[in-house]
Amino acid sequence: MGIEKFVFYFFALVMVASATMVITVRNPVQAALFLVLTFFSSAIIWMILEAEFLAIALVLVYVGAVMVLFLFVVMMLDINIARLREGFIRYLPFGAVIAVVMAGMLISMVGSKNFGLAKFAEPVRHVANYNNTRELGLVLYTKYVYPFEIAAVILLVAIVAAIALTLRRRPTTKYQKPEEQIAVKRDDRVRLVSMNAEQKK
Amino acid sequence: MFEWVTAIFTSLPLAVQTMTLIILKIVAISLPLMLCVAYLTYAERKIIGYMQVRLGPNRVGPKGWLQPIADAVKLMFKEIIVPTGSNKYLFLISPVLSIAPALAAWAVIPFSDGMALANINAGLLYLLAVTSVGVYGVIIAGWASNSKYALLGAMRSAAQIVAYEIAMGFALVGVLMAAGSLNLGDIVRAQSGSVIHWFWLPLLPLFIIYFISGVAETNRAPFDVAEGESEIVAGFHVEYSGMAFAVFFLAEYANMILIAALTSIMFLGGWLSPLQGILPEYIFTIPVLGAMLGGGMHWLLIKISFILFHFLWLRATFPRYRYDQIMRLGWKVFIPITIVWLLVIGLMVLGRVGPWWNAA
Repeated sequence: MGIEKFVFYFFALVMVASATMVITVRNPVQAALFLVLTFFSSAIIWMILEAEFLAIALVLVYVGAVMVLFLFVVMMLDINIARLREGFIRYLPFGAVIAVVMAGMLISMVGSKNFGLAKFAEPVRHVANYNNTRELGLVLYTKYVYPFEIAAVILLVAIVAAIALTLRRRPTTKYQKPEEQIAVKRDDRVRLVSMNAEQKK
Repeated sequence: MFEWVTAIFTSLPLAVQTMTLIILKIVAISLPLMLCVAYLTYAERKIIGYMQVRLGPNRVGPKGWLQPIADAVKLMFKEIIVPTGSNKYLFLISPVLSIAPALAAWAVIPFSDGMALANINAGLLYLLAVTSVGVYGVIIAGWASNSKYALLGAMRSAAQIVAYEIAMGFALVGVLMAAGSLNLGDIVRAQSGSVIHWFWLPLLPLFIIYFISGVAETNRAPFDVAEGESEIVAGFHVEYSGMAFAVFFLAEYANMILIAALTSIMFLGGWLSPLQGILPEYIFTIPVLGAMLGGGMHWLLIKISFILFHFLWLRATFPRYRYDQIMRLGWKVFIPITIVWLLVIGLMVLGRVGPWWNAA
């Protein structure tokens, strides 16, 4: 039990600290990297909850793909930090009120009053060869098959829409067509001309 | 002689015993791996040398065998220069970020039946997740160096790795559909029978795509635009010197060996013997000969070496791809082929096509 608690508190601390750094650090690239660290520590906390499929999917999708593209964009931008910082003091009272209200609501909702052991029984430990991925798949394709398929269709529509919105063909732009380049024959490029040799007089 | 060792070992608390065992196993995997990396560089120079009718390294030690040691010593004693205006912490942490996933992925590789450091259920997912983290080393190195060439190299590499990771992931989905499991040991066991039973035949397009995407993922020639020396000097690691550079080098070669190991586990039957199903069963029960001809770690190592040879062969043979063609190959050729082949596998598994799925 000891090592589990240690792992939990260590990564919970790392997560909170790096989440704080995401919003306080000055450099946008560093902020994105701290966000990666936050995702990573939350994945490990999920792993302690025996949700290994979700934990690995979080690393795979968010750390491995989404944040890479995010970093890609952030590195290309030349963000003027001084301008972003303008008006920080002016908006501070308003922001502070919202932060306090949000924190108060969260604490009142997610406290032990609503989610304590009195409301929910302590989850049972599963045996060592418990297969989280298989269980998830069984539930997802039987009990929740319609919500799951609807979510999949919505995602598909979103992908098609994103491509349709960004795809624009300009008739003036010249594209290379590799299949035509590969299929090219000698006769398309070179013309052998037979002509008489020049006569010296 | 071993009595006092076991006596000391059993007197330790249980947690310490487990930790010691795990650490010993990690050393037993990573030490030979590092040695393999060193001699893979030597093999690469020798093989490409012979392919190009040269001799390759032949001066340090007998036949040049000590060349990798000499290279390592040289790199260790060189100064690590941190460029001005670079982000020092990120600059120094990025080689670590690129080698750590390359080593961590070896935790789930089954070397023989039941011989893996961590025999976990979601092994294939773990591998996908861990190998996708490796790109951070390249991106952070490129950004932290505060150099145009390094940033361009990192950008190219990030786009390329993200593009080929999708094709690679789909190839793995095909493997897990065929094997019906995410556990690497179960995947190998699902291929037992004979050479025909291995997954290279029913998953032939995925096998080829996985191998080529693996070459692209490790930034090897002909996909090495991330360090294309004729265009952007050396790409993301221009500013690195000494041991920091050597760690990037180690990570690249460790990743190559990893991709070769994964290809042989998922498509070439892992530790299974190719003679299985050809020779009669009683031969495998003969004491020494049976162990040699039957399945075991040596077959996995032979398969890994076979695929590594192809990595080197590709490098010696092909010119570098143009960048837009790399992107076209990844997005417009590989991903559609894998998606179509997933449907084919689904139909084959449903139809119980033999000899792979008729037993299920």
